[in-house]
Amino acid sequence: MSSDGRHIRLFIGLGIAALLLLGKIFSIQILQNRYKEDAERNSTIYETIYPTRGVIYDRNGRILVGNKVAYDILVSPREVQAFDTVALATVLGVEPSFIRARLQEYNRRRASIGFQSVTMLRTVPAETYMRFDEVKYRFPGFKGQVRGIRDYPVNAGGNLLGYVSEVNQAYIDSHPGEYRSGDYAGMTGIEAAREVDLRGEKGYHIYLRNSRNQIEQPYKDGAEDKEAIPGHDIVTTIDAELQQYGQELMRNKVGSIVAIEPSTGEILALVSSPGIDVEQLADIGKHYNEIVSNPYKPMYNRAVQASYPPGSVFKLVNGLIGLQEGVLQPSYTYPCSQGYHFGSGHKLGCHAHKSPINMEESIMMSCNAYYCYVLKNILDNKKYANVAEALDAWHEYVESFGFGRKLGSDFPAELAGSIPTSKTYNKAYGRGRWNSTTVISLSIGQGEILATPMHLANLCATIANRGHYYIPHIVKASEGVEIDSRFTERQYTKVDTVHFTKLIRGMWRAVNSGAGMGGTAWVAHIDSLDVCGKTGTAQNPRGADNSVFICFAPMDNPKIAIAAYVENGGFGATYAAPIASLMVEKYLKGTVKRQSLEEQMKSRDLMSRVKTD
Amino acid sequence: MPREGVIPERRLRQSIDWALVGTYLLLVFIGWVSIYASIHSTNPPSIFSWTARSGKQFVWMLTAFGLAGLILYVIPPKLWEAFPIPLYAIVLGLLVLVIFVSKDVKGSHSWFELGPVKFQPAELSKITTSLLLAFFLSRQGIKLTRLKDFVLAALIIAVPMLVIVGESETGSALVYAGFIFVLYREGLSGWWLGLIGLVIVLFISTLVLGSYWAIVLLLGVLVLCNAFFGDFWRRLALGGGFVVLMALLPSAWEWVCNAVQAHMDWISAVTWVPEPGETQHYYWSFLLKIKPVYILLALSFMALPFLGVYVYRKRDAFLGITLLVFLAGVLLVFSADYIFQDVLQPHQRGRIEVLLGLKEDLSGVGYNVNQSKIAIGSGGLFGKGFLQGTQTTFGFVPEQSTDFIFCTVGEEWGFVGCLIVILLYVFLIVRIILDAESCRGKFTRIYGYCVAACIFMHLFINVGMTVGLMPVIGIPLPFLSYGGSSLWAFTVLLFIFLALYRDEKKYF
Repeated sequence: MSSDGRHIRLFIGLGIAALLLLGKIFSIQILQNRYKEDAERNSTIYETIYPTRGVIYDRNGRILVGNKVAYDILVSPREVQAFDTVALATVLGVEPSFIRARLQEYNRRRASIGFQSVTMLRTVPAETYMRFDEVKYRFPGFKGQVRGIRDYPVNAGGNLLGYVSEVNQAYIDSHPGEYRSGDYAGMTGIEAAREVDLRGEKGYHIYLRNSRNQIEQPYKDGAEDKEAIPGHDIVTTIDAELQQYGQELMRNKVGSIVAIEPSTGEILALVSSPGIDVEQLADIGKHYNEIVSNPYKPMYNRAVQASYPPGSVFKLVNGLIGLQEGVLQPSYTYPCSQGYHFGSGHKLGCHAHKSPINMEESIMMSCNAYYCYVLKNILDNKKYANVAEALDAWHEYVESFGFGRKLGSDFPAELAGSIPTSKTYNKAYGRGRWNSTTVISLSIGQGEILATPMHLANLCATIANRGHYYIPHIVKASEGVEIDSRFTERQYTKVDTVHFTKLIRGMWRAVNSGAGMGGTAWVAHIDSLDVCGKTGTAQNPRGADNSVFICFAPMDNPKIAIAAYVENGGFGATYAAPIASLMVEKYLKGTVKRQSLEEQMKSRDLMSRVKTD
Repeated sequence: MPREGVIPERRLRQSIDWALVGTYLLLVFIGWVSIYASIHSTNPPSIFSWTARSGKQFVWMLTAFGLAGLILYVIPPKLWEAFPIPLYAIVLGLLVLVIFVSKDVKGSHSWFELGPVKFQPAELSKITTSLLLAFFLSRQGIKLTRLKDFVLAALIIAVPMLVIVGESETGSALVYAGFIFVLYREGLSGWWLGLIGLVIVLFISTLVLGSYWAIVLLLGVLVLCNAFFGDFWRRLALGGGFVVLMALLPSAWEWVCNAVQAHMDWISAVTWVPEPGETQHYYWSFLLKIKPVYILLALSFMALPFLGVYVYRKRDAFLGITLLVFLAGVLLVFSADYIFQDVLQPHQRGRIEVLLGLKEDLSGVGYNVNQSKIAIGSGGLFGKGFLQGTQTTFGFVPEQSTDFIFCTVGEEWGFVGCLIVILLYVFLIVRIILDAESCRGKFTRIYGYCVAACIFMHLFINVGMTVGLMPVIGIPLPFLSYGGSSLWAFTVLLFIFLALYRDEKKYF
């Protein structure tokens, strides 16, 4: 039978089928690019090379935060074969049941683990790691990993330095393109503030891998690899020894110490107590819950994050404003009979001291009544149409000292505190329904005033500089690390330099008048150092008064300005003054002669006075 | 002195179709090299090393050449014509036996294991079925247009096919569908081919486009066929108009429904005044429940009686058959889902879903195909070069040296390599058919067509699978795939034809 040309039709069909196949092949090989990209992704693996993180130094070149290696034991569950569990447990120094439990857990999670490795033991001792390394061939699937972690040679500035931890998804999302899961980043303190300098640049090695995720060979013999660039070192303004000493003095007390070099604004010490121990920082993951659940909130950096009423220390500001406004002269004397009496039977109390007194004496003896007169004169000044206008003028003065706003330091999470304006009282009492006596507690730094210990230290530095300050900062410029120009610019207050010298006499007398002369801070006296200081005793609605003290030394050409704030410490002279004074002695003299005072301060435990609920 | 009509021995050797033999050798060689290239190792052993598959394949090749020689020079070609029935019966017995004695290999029971040697009787069955089919169809007086003969021919094909399905080797069974081309060549009406094509198209379009569009498609095809067998323009206008209307119906209906829904309050207020105390209700909303497919079916079935009467009056058999086909088609469309969900096994369903793009499952069922496409797709125009493929050497493609051997060609030799390999196959098939057509004896011709059909089905299904045109069906690529069983079977299949063909030429 002839084919009736049917074989030709079959040829046409064959041709169509062949064209169909070739067309599809042409499409995926030539027209589409995604298969080439997928093949790249399939067969290459990027091994990230982590840079060494920058070292953090103190102002004298001591290492505050360095790097060291940690040894982890990893396991790839899919590659594990039968092994001697007891032998492995002995080598690693764990119980055999621990290993069995972990392997069981990985078996449950095998779908998500796949061919990856998981960390079975974190930071094992070096000798354990070496022992394991010798015998690991007997335990297929188990391997060691060397990892860089932070090392803290001195226990100084846990809160200040901050910690480094693995980034979470929220962090990755908020820094698009910079981090990947498994990366580490500074989360608080300097580690966070200077993350960009410290972290360096990641590098990578590209390898060809097979379908079981095993590395076969370097991709293009490593031609496309990129090496890691180490992070920049950071030099801080901190004096490690002073910082450590401050932490010791504040042990078992709640509060903070801020020490500033007045001529530069560099922070010499920033103590927040209770704080985080550097040992906890190194392994923050393990201690995090313990830290967070501590009722005294060690994570909370009180030096910049706690707003307190400044107390009598604030009289200095009111005095300066009075002098600048011309409503106060150093020679003015005011009476004080156990306080300031106003209205019908109201009284703002004061302690027993001689009366009447002039301005220097008012500072030396910290008279409350005197400053009630001063504030009244400022607010009832005829220059201003009404008390509201006068208060706003006062507010402008106060703000020029850095109060009521963030100072703009390079420290993350700084609080602004608050200074009232006429609006504050209009809201509380109604327009025109308040006067200078209503707000009289502002005179002694109580009432609607809130400031952080950093604000007080800055005030002290401003007085030491006789009218200007540098924004407090914690990082010095060094090779490869720049600091913002705002830190090198003088910030002037609205009070002239001449007025400061008058006030400083009073601060000098408060410390140096000798016992029995009525000076509130004679305990802060240091031989041959002209310490100038001012005590404060701030009311604390939650128990005993807060103890406050600011001082600077020496009087001429000051090297250190310091503020100490001890919660529930009582009088300023009881805790804050001796602690600040000891810090000054330590910094300027190198050694502390007043051993008994030092011992006394270190050993006192005020924790039971602090309410934590 | 040679006998009359018999060409001398020297000429005899020449009448072997050396072009076919050469193409065969070339394909086997390409396969061998590709198997070597797909060995997973950065430091591969020698191509002859027995430890690797390429070395084993070399041994299979040598033995296959031995078999080829045996068939060409030792076994009398008449033998194939003499005993097709017992051969067919023996192999059928083996096919059944293997179900009971074989081990479970990925769900299928199709391998005999004799020590290190494994073989699939399904491979042999292609040969014996071809022989028996050629034997049966070449007998005097057999006409495929006669129902009895057609049924017998279909049985010869269907019996081993069904047994193989019973072995859970659906892929191998599918190859037997290729014998339809042989039947077509031997006189089967072309409408059968069309009908099978229609069934496949309907099945796929139901799964991909849904039953509505499948029915519209069915209507369109039937209208077009009818138009060619009657008053072309009138029928095209009438039927085509209906099809076009139906094609527009869904979007029009959606528009109406949206409009009704949007103005429900207004329509209800206009068309229905509530009695006091009665709350307003939207009785127009029944419109939203009517699907276009109901309208389509209602209209179609209303037309059926009229068309039936027309068929009866005019004795228009073709239109009558068309109506029956339409009814059967609608039945198929509505049972396609059932077949798909309940008759097919889950892995088969998954493979079809992935193929039709109904499901993206790159880590599960779709993994093989995706990796295979990546390997081939990354080859580009000229490929990455011999042994330079990353996807093939690093084991991303499963079944790399057997069912997915074409990936190695695609990745390492690129489009040019694929083109050459496919053209070699096309040449092989065309050459076999031309040789077959040049035979006087029906047996050789029909057997040749069977060989061509088998090779074609394997080629299309296998390559189609690697590039995502066909679902994943585990059958080898003839001559290229690793494995003695497959190589031997195809060699025997092809060389029996060569031997028969030479025998034909002896008498010229």
